[in-house]
Amino acid sequence: MNTSIAPSETRPPALSIRGLAKRFGEKVAVDNINLDVPAGSFYGLVGPNGAGKTTTLSMATGLLRPDFGQVSVHGLDVWAQPLEAKKLMGLLPDGVRLFDRLSGEQLVTYAGLLRGMDKDTVALRVKDLLAALDLTRDAGTLVVDYSAGMTKKIALAAALIHAPRLLVLDEPFESVDPVSAANIRDILHDYVNSGGTVIVSSHVMDLVQRMCDHVAVIAGGKVLAAGTVDEVRGEMSLEEKFVELVGGRNQTAGLSWLRTS
Amino acid sequence: MVAHLLRLKVALLRNSMNRTPWQLVGLIIGALYGLGILVMVLVGLAVLGATDSALVGTVLVLAGAALFLGWLIVPVVAAGLDMTLDPARFTTYAIPMKSMLTGLALSGFIGIPGAITLLAAVGTAAAWWRHPVAAVAALICGALAALTCIVASRAITAASTSLASSRRFRDVSGIVVLVPLMLMGPIIAGISSGITDFADFLPQLANTVSWTPLGAIWAVPAAIASGAYGAAAVKFLIALATIAALTWVWKVCLVRALVTPAFSGKARRKPGKLGFFAMFAQTPTGAIAARCLTYWFRDPRYSAGLLISPLIPVVLVFGGSQTGGMDAVGPILSYSGAIAAFMIAWSISSDISYDSTAFALHLASGVCGKADRTGRVLAASVLALPLGLLFAIAGSVVSGTWAQFPPAVGLIMGAAGAGLGLASVLSSRFTMMAPLPGESPMKSKPGNSFATVLVQLGGFVGAGVLAAPVAVLVIIGAVTGQPLFGWLALLVGLLLGALYVVLGIRIGGAQYERRGPELLQSVSVDR
Repeated sequence: MNTSIAPSETRPPALSIRGLAKRFGEKVAVDNINLDVPAGSFYGLVGPNGAGKTTTLSMATGLLRPDFGQVSVHGLDVWAQPLEAKKLMGLLPDGVRLFDRLSGEQLVTYAGLLRGMDKDTVALRVKDLLAALDLTRDAGTLVVDYSAGMTKKIALAAALIHAPRLLVLDEPFESVDPVSAANIRDILHDYVNSGGTVIVSSHVMDLVQRMCDHVAVIAGGKVLAAGTVDEVRGEMSLEEKFVELVGGRNQTAGLSWLRTS
Repeated sequence: MVAHLLRLKVALLRNSMNRTPWQLVGLIIGALYGLGILVMVLVGLAVLGATDSALVGTVLVLAGAALFLGWLIVPVVAAGLDMTLDPARFTTYAIPMKSMLTGLALSGFIGIPGAITLLAAVGTAAAWWRHPVAAVAALICGALAALTCIVASRAITAASTSLASSRRFRDVSGIVVLVPLMLMGPIIAGISSGITDFADFLPQLANTVSWTPLGAIWAVPAAIASGAYGAAAVKFLIALATIAALTWVWKVCLVRALVTPAFSGKARRKPGKLGFFAMFAQTPTGAIAARCLTYWFRDPRYSAGLLISPLIPVVLVFGGSQTGGMDAVGPILSYSGAIAAFMIAWSISSDISYDSTAFALHLASGVCGKADRTGRVLAASVLALPLGLLFAIAGSVVSGTWAQFPPAVGLIMGAAGAGLGLASVLSSRFTMMAPLPGESPMKSKPGNSFATVLVQLGGFVGAGVLAAPVAVLVIIGAVTGQPLFGWLALLVGLLLGALYVVLGIRIGGAQYERRGPELLQSVSVDR
């Protein structure tokens, strides 16, 4: 069941995925996915571990060559015009190293310069980003010495530096402390309100329900449901709907001995 | 509790074999190799026992001290050699320190190196078959010596882990060991020529070592065999004190390591220091060059190369002066600058492998192939060319004539250009299993296929062929003594070097743009 909703507005979707598929050896990681992410939406991508979220996002952002299918960003084909399409995207990949022998400040500067921005703009934005993500005091520390949450934040800064029109964030809140997570949410909401599009993948249903306006549920490499959050969840909470769609809840009585009384 | 730890170690060993049959094959080969060494040692010891007891004592003390040193040094060089029972993993279980120490020490004997050491050490009794009392003493002392080896290696591992939570120590220690290894030849030659009568020297050395913690335990049976019971008792006490001291160091470091988390809080550093980024053009190309140059100095995998490359000419000069006399030193110094420059230039062939998945940033940013290739070439040439020139100048100063300066510079330019160009093309096509970021530069990865070796070999041969025209001119110039050929070599070297670099960037850049995702995929396999 591939329910892809038609874009509500006339402008082309920020991200459009058609018939995307990828196989690793015997395992089909992504199985004919169709998805439209409307421009200006805050889009959540949820699914259990190994559902194919990261593989889909890697193919959508030009990091992993798909076996089949097309991806376009604001009408530009990612695999036919990669350099142009990538200019429109900012990416926070999951499970990928950073150039961690650079200091935080150097890393974000590097990301900006790689995008071909001029140095004064880079310097200004680096300063703003570090301040917004509460990293100014650690800006000169090497990224390799950062904690997990700080590493996530500096990677996010590197993804934001060129003010992309589409922001693709794979597990952005993992190991980020609650205060920083709230700051990041504010930044993302501002960004969406000003016309940007955000795609986040996450395990945390509660967060997606509160934060996103659209959501797609992915499992086993297929899209199980997609649409606005209210359409997908109906009367239930997103978490309940997710469990219903994906299945696999343990119905046993639990661990009877794990009671202290 | 001790038994639990031992059983855990056995279970871990067994499970590691279940993962792939190759692990089992590796273990069997290792065991056969170890057994072969053991048999040879035991036979050797028995034969040795037929000679006079002073010689037996000398051999055992020196060999034993060497073994002990090996157990001390190997864990430092090959960090994390056998951390199957890493004490840090037991922090959450409340294991009494005494049980933990005993269990960890005894578990050291489960595994090929530990088992062989124990058997060989106890087997030293075989060398004392003509002195039964000494043989009995050797059994006890051998067991104690093997235990000392294990405890020593554990102690130094624990000590270095408390240090190693500082990343800088880990980075530096891996490199520091490389330098003496590189200079091994000259050092050994120097020592052996200094000591004219090596055979006389060894017994003296053994005698000295036998009074130190290194050799005391191995010398006890010899002292007993020669009837020096007082000396035997003192040496045995030294040995006991050694193991007690090592255990104490181990315990203290372990206690500290268990309460100190692996992440060490660094002093916070304020922004404002952009380093090389402020010195290069603020374009994608310049940024990549600045990033690579930063890595040359900050990442031990690169700095190791930076440290070794200049040592190669030094080793060559040493070899040359042995055979060709002092006259050869100048020219060799000048021309070997080309090798140093080439080594640095060639190392960009593993650039993307060293980037590992951090390369995703280049790919996601849509960096064009030309910028990526040019940036990496720039960083390497900023280091390679001055280094080469330095050698050319030094060689000329040493030999007192500037005649070989132009051809040497030509050769350096040609060799560096060939290395940079070829590496730019090959690294956009092939990646290899390189040490991951943060790993020791010494760590060689299994799974480097035959193809990788072929690529590296092909690169060396190819660069040799590309630089050959310059080399031919240099040789003609040296044989005929005509300065004209030297100047020709300089001209051809500059032109060819530049041509190779331009072609390498163009071909490599185009290939990079076609194969970017595949390159990322191949470095993601191992992370």
